[in-house]
Amino acid sequence: MDSRRAIVVGAGIVGAACARELARAGYSVTVLDSRPPGCGTTAAGMGHVVIMDDSPAQFALTKLSRELWDQLDLPDYGERETRGTLWVAADSEEMDAVRSKHRAYSDQGVDAEILDEHQLAEAEPNLRPGLAGALRVAGDSVVYPPTVVEWLLNDANCDVQQVDVTEIDDNIVTANDGTTLTADVVVNAAGNYALGLLTEPLDIHVIPRKGHLVISERSAGFCNHQLIELGYLKTAHGNHGETNSESVAFNLQPRATGQMLLGSSRQFGKVDSVVDPGVLAKMVNRAMEYMPGIAKLQAVRTWTGFRGATRDNLPIIGPHPTQPHLYIACGHEGLGITTALGTARLIKQFVLKEEPDIDPAPYASARS
Amino acid sequence: MTSSRSDILVVGAGPAGLAAAVTAAETGCQVTLVDDNPHVGGQVWRAERETLPPRAAQWYARARQAKVHMVGGATVVYAPSPHELFAHSVDGAKKFQCEKLILATGAHERFLPFPGWTLPGVVGVGGLQALVKGGLPVVGKRVALVGTGPLLLAVGAFLMQRGAHVLCIAEQARRTRVLAFGASLAWHPRKLREAVKLKRATRPIPRQYSTWPLAIRARSQSLEIDLTRKPESAAAVTKTLECDLIGCGFGVVPDTVLARALGCDLNGEAVRVNDHQQTSIANVYCAGESNGIGGADLALVEGEVAALRACGQTIGRDLQKRLDRGRSFAQGLNDTYQLRDELRHLGQEDTIVCRCEDVPLEHLHPYGSFRDAKLKTRCGMGACQGRVCGGALAFLRGWAPDSVRPPYAPIPMEDFARMCADATT
Repeated sequence: MDSRRAIVVGAGIVGAACARELARAGYSVTVLDSRPPGCGTTAAGMGHVVIMDDSPAQFALTKLSRELWDQLDLPDYGERETRGTLWVAADSEEMDAVRSKHRAYSDQGVDAEILDEHQLAEAEPNLRPGLAGALRVAGDSVVYPPTVVEWLLNDANCDVQQVDVTEIDDNIVTANDGTTLTADVVVNAAGNYALGLLTEPLDIHVIPRKGHLVISERSAGFCNHQLIELGYLKTAHGNHGETNSESVAFNLQPRATGQMLLGSSRQFGKVDSVVDPGVLAKMVNRAMEYMPGIAKLQAVRTWTGFRGATRDNLPIIGPHPTQPHLYIACGHEGLGITTALGTARLIKQFVLKEEPDIDPAPYASARS
Repeated sequence: MTSSRSDILVVGAGPAGLAAAVTAAETGCQVTLVDDNPHVGGQVWRAERETLPPRAAQWYARARQAKVHMVGGATVVYAPSPHELFAHSVDGAKKFQCEKLILATGAHERFLPFPGWTLPGVVGVGGLQALVKGGLPVVGKRVALVGTGPLLLAVGAFLMQRGAHVLCIAEQARRTRVLAFGASLAWHPRKLREAVKLKRATRPIPRQYSTWPLAIRARSQSLEIDLTRKPESAAAVTKTLECDLIGCGFGVVPDTVLARALGCDLNGEAVRVNDHQQTSIANVYCAGESNGIGGADLALVEGEVAALRACGQTIGRDLQKRLDRGRSFAQGLNDTYQLRDELRHLGQEDTIVCRCEDVPLEHLHPYGSFRDAKLKTRCGMGACQGRVCGGALAFLRGWAPDSVRPPYAPIPMEDFARMCADATT
């Protein structure tokens, strides 16, 4: 018997993960993208696999996803390292946030421990003295997304084609040369471009949110965890829907190569990929406030990327409200690497009409 | 951070940059000339023990006379716009503001991957000359020079003069083509005189055409190189030489990093310019090897043309004629020493292409573009940011370089942050 056919539009990490889930469920999968796999927002991200607790729905999806990452048998070139995240608290107010975050994680069965000032200094000697403490989430990890995408697609043994898709009408996918492809199931995982491809638009919008990163030369041992200032929760995610907002937060990540990857910034209302010097200056200065030694690290390269954000900061995962063969998986903002696996699992469960691992209602495409 | 403002900023103080700076200054413009080397002269007129070669010294004297503001030892690492550039130097960050920008960023050597090309003692032929000028002793050392073009002869003559024993010059081009090019120099008397002089100086060096390296191996105290000669209508003959140093020079690649960062269009591997050295970006001019390989004399003419246009002057007929002649010479040069197809296949599966990140050729097979290969294999992601492997892959695969983002060379985070904070763009 011929297997059922699926088309996944978008060869970023979300598309690749969906392709793999559907292939494992017996579908014959074709993945379409105008660019080579993993070269868009996926390549621009930090590759942090992290549990976040902005909202219960975000917590559920990141937790499910992290469990799926743990089950994945990634090869070495995926550069996965489980060093854990340190949520760094600068003062006693942020230390209160550490304690409530600790309760939230523990209640959900996620291992987390509170570090006091001295334990933090011991864990990360290059942080400035006098910080209040941190929450260590030991199970968080980091991956190198472009090669992970390559592995996911190879593992799924799916057909990857470089096709510039211009329209998706239920299960009919049209390319820029006018040709059409059809399948039993279509997954729209085209990131920032996803909603623009629909013939039946959604009420919800995805807005690109620009980010900057800087990477250093190899400096192995300079830091040991993924470091994020707790203020991140206030600054980086605090401005939903404001079109001109701009924020930076300290976020440092040791890579498997020994390089230090430094973030992060968030800007709405920017569409060009040019490095914005003002934002970069603020971002590096913020990092140097937390970790003075960063000043002497050699900056090798900068880049920018665009995270697709929704107003409620949750991704869109699930069936299209009116087109029964079409499923949407986009709007993952800064958590696309982490949540790609959970997203793909939910999409598979929708397609196969299985009981979902978590309640998918908060991610429904029919919200606004 | 020091800051300076000028009518015209020239980046690169080789022949093109010197000529541009002097010409612009002599027409009355305020000119700043910046280079990452401490001395002027670029690669071709590199100083030796603080002493400039005579032609560089003359231009340097003129530049001083014309009050060109010369800044050495400063590498341009960020250009938010053509009117605002930041450089990094030992004495900190520097900011340059200008009305017009002239790029004279020159070229760097093209390396081709073949077994053994990364062994110690194997260097670029221009790099070898620079090392010797910097004090590397070569007296009595056995040297093999392989690759293509007149640079092999120039460096051969230089090394002989410094007491090296130059065992051979292996030129990949066909003898008939080189001879035909030699004959065409009758139209370029100055070039002909140089060629004759060079030929005389290198007479004792055995020269072989249609010859290229296959592999280099390390022996306990020396190197061993397999050279193959493939005459047009005969079977290839391979022989092995033992030597101490090997200079490889498969031509040079225009340095277009700054031009690309500013958004200038390319023409092949070089910056695209019009008849007056103007790039596709307003107020940005380009002269010398970065807009196409043509040697020092053409670079001088181009520098002059670029400067006159940048200063709003017209180009006289005589200068235009010199430019046209120089370009026709450059065309002949590039045609003659075009790399042959066989050189695309010298690398083995495990031959390293990207030295910074240790990427072998076999890892690149699945990819169709530099960006794709870079993201998946780290090729070109290291400290040199693809300057070395980029030239190889342009030839091997026809890959265009990936986009350029600041900093264009590694610099400390604090300096980079300072530059970014100071950028007005």
